[in-house]
Amino acid sequence: MSLPTRKFDAVVVGAGGAGMRAALQLSEAGLKVAVLSKVFPTRSHTVAAQGGIGASLGNMGEDNWLWHMYDTIKGSDYLGDQDAIEFLCRMAPQAVYDLEHYGMPFDRNENGTVYQRPFGGHSSNFGERPVQRSVCAADRTGHAMLHTLYQRNVRANTVFFVEWMALDLIRDASGQVLGVTAMEMETGETWIFQARATLFATGGAGRIYAASTNAFINTGDGLGMAARAGIPLEDMEFWQFHPTGVAGAGVLITEGVRGEGGYLLNKDGERFMERYAPNMKDLASRDVVARAMATEIKEGRGCGKDADYILLKLDHIGVDKIEKKLPGIREIAKKFANVDPVKDPIPVVPTCHYQMGGIPTNYHGEVVVPGNGKDNNVVPGFYAAGEVACASVHGANRLGTNSLTDLLVFGKASGDSVIRYLKENPGHKDLPADAADYTMARLSRLDSQAGGESVFEVGAAMRRTMQAHCGVFRFPDLLTDGVKKIREIADRAARTEIKDKSKTFNTARIEALELDNLIEVARSTMVCADARQESRGAHDRADYPKRDDVTWLKHTLWYKDNDRLEYKAVNLKPLTAESFEPKVRSY
Amino acid sequence: MRFRIYRYDPEQDQKPYMKEYDVALEPSDRMLLDALVRIKASDDSLSLRRSCREGVCGSDAMNINGKNGLACITPLVELKEPVELRPLPGLPVIRDLIVDMSQFFKQYHSIKPYLQNSDPLPEKERLQSPTDREELDGLYECILCACCSTSCPSFWWNPDKFVGPAGLLAAYRFIADSRDQATNDRLDDLEDPYRLFRCHSIMNCVDVCPKGLNPTRAIGRIKEIMIKRMV
Repeated sequence: MSLPTRKFDAVVVGAGGAGMRAALQLSEAGLKVAVLSKVFPTRSHTVAAQGGIGASLGNMGEDNWLWHMYDTIKGSDYLGDQDAIEFLCRMAPQAVYDLEHYGMPFDRNENGTVYQRPFGGHSSNFGERPVQRSVCAADRTGHAMLHTLYQRNVRANTVFFVEWMALDLIRDASGQVLGVTAMEMETGETWIFQARATLFATGGAGRIYAASTNAFINTGDGLGMAARAGIPLEDMEFWQFHPTGVAGAGVLITEGVRGEGGYLLNKDGERFMERYAPNMKDLASRDVVARAMATEIKEGRGCGKDADYILLKLDHIGVDKIEKKLPGIREIAKKFANVDPVKDPIPVVPTCHYQMGGIPTNYHGEVVVPGNGKDNNVVPGFYAAGEVACASVHGANRLGTNSLTDLLVFGKASGDSVIRYLKENPGHKDLPADAADYTMARLSRLDSQAGGESVFEVGAAMRRTMQAHCGVFRFPDLLTDGVKKIREIADRAARTEIKDKSKTFNTARIEALELDNLIEVARSTMVCADARQESRGAHDRADYPKRDDVTWLKHTLWYKDNDRLEYKAVNLKPLTAESFEPKVRSY
Repeated sequence: MRFRIYRYDPEQDQKPYMKEYDVALEPSDRMLLDALVRIKASDDSLSLRRSCREGVCGSDAMNINGKNGLACITPLVELKEPVELRPLPGLPVIRDLIVDMSQFFKQYHSIKPYLQNSDPLPEKERLQSPTDREELDGLYECILCACCSTSCPSFWWNPDKFVGPAGLLAAYRFIADSRDQATNDRLDDLEDPYRLFRCHSIMNCVDVCPKGLNPTRAIGRIKEIMIKRMV
């Protein structure tokens, strides 16, 4: 069976920060590019980023990219690839200047330069003391950045396919990627988008957890599509739990609150981070702070009648500064926590926030897979950038602000790579005869399914299981049991039933297709976490409490087929700088 | 909690109708969107847009008990029952609570919503004083949810000719930016009986903006600058 086809030079899937930054490169180069997005571009989840973009501009005092690089490597608990990290940190300042030139409304200093605030894990002189490295637009940095990128794309006449959901990756027998199938949500029609280059910028999948800062749309679509097409997923056991999600609601409270002087308190009113991280205190790395909070709660020093949250105090920084630098936080706290932070502290808990793992890429944004005795073979025609990708710059734990830096730097780099590739590879290859078959089979299964469970029920079971079996602290029996459970849930997900079979804007069908993607992410996470017998960054195992560089200084690669695992070496060799050898990590 | 929700599926329904729901809420359900997610769990045919669930993406704008707002930041306790939900007024309905926003975005795009500056690019950032930057506060925060434009009678009558409050707020955001050099072109474009001057300061936009922004004030400023330019 076949589908109607549209042909482009390049297809970008996802219109968040990475997708739009990449699209800009491609449009400005005059290429015929289609950007597919499930939502209108400014609704992508980059919009919810608050605190800032890490870049060593040095506007507030001395700083340089090597310090940023050190912090990022240390933050990654040495699992980050040092070539990619050097690239990230060296390119970060230019990425910020570009954004400023596009019109981004950055906060400013008296001398007119862009203001920078302190952020967790960012230090001067290799860990000596906190440094002001995060550029921002109040606490709405992601919103300002996403709108600025959209506006610049409007100027560049980028072609957006709004409310189109990509369904499956198209590869030929040689493994080359030739485009995607995608559904127009308004009509329910499915098309082939044939492209000489396909770039995934589909974002994260934080919706595999019950408590998440992530938007409903963060369903790991790129990960699901890649996994179904035989591409491995890298380091999926590493999920960041952001220290400060609003207790009960999950909504994010930026680390910028602590950057601007806020701090955490337990039920005794103790500023407990001084015990866990004497030097950086509340501005230690996120995994460290989240674990400290979870420990306080576990040991009975949580706040409230159930002793199940921590308080984030910021009233002492003053109403003026809160109104100027953190207005969005005040709004969120009032709405979702019923407190006005100019008077009262905000109840917070560590909340699933970010996936460090993803589709394996090099620092050019090219997707790479093992084969022929080599770890990193480029998959022709396939690119990934942003949260969906694993370059790996975040390793086992991402530093705050580095996600937006990642979107900008690797959005641009992957766009440039596509441009180079298209120059060298003119003309479309023929689509295989069965290009649309897999997608059509999935859709027809869903339309003909009777007697299956609802998407809501199966999704809820998945989210509960991930939350209970694979959280901040991980236990061997819970992980083993979790693998069994999540496989059972995956079987149930393959038999979901939607009652609504209509074509027009059928969001029930969309949610079912999203669950197909989420379940691959959940399964890979649980399997990889069960296999990694050490504690590193955000992966903390009760039975293996220490980092084990002898056995585990390596990346995990998960294949959907039989949950097969492979491992590949961490690249400890930067592009020009000296290697940072793994050492004991303290803040 | 009781709801009356506008339903329309063009494949099945001759015309729209209101469907009643009585849904048992959990203590964790605080916002209207939480209730809608619960309703959808039992009736998967109910269609709406939603994403961030914290009032920053602008997806779930709808007409709530007669007033436009975002479902995700509308507390359930503040709503009178039965809660009546309709799609944003004045735009074509695609299905249920989902409207076709093409006209809204067309107007936004029409004001050239991007910074225009033809000076050679500096090596680093352009400088901007904190005071100049403050001019953008209350303007750049718009989330394009369309609550304002679809509550504006002038936009209802002339959605093809009147830019509407959201688009004009964006226009002023660039006029007010010390880095933008296209003020004259922007004013020329708006000097038109419809594009700008259909605003009659009814101020529905201010009343409904979920981000607390004030498009009417921005429109007033554009008019002031235009008048100054004439004399």
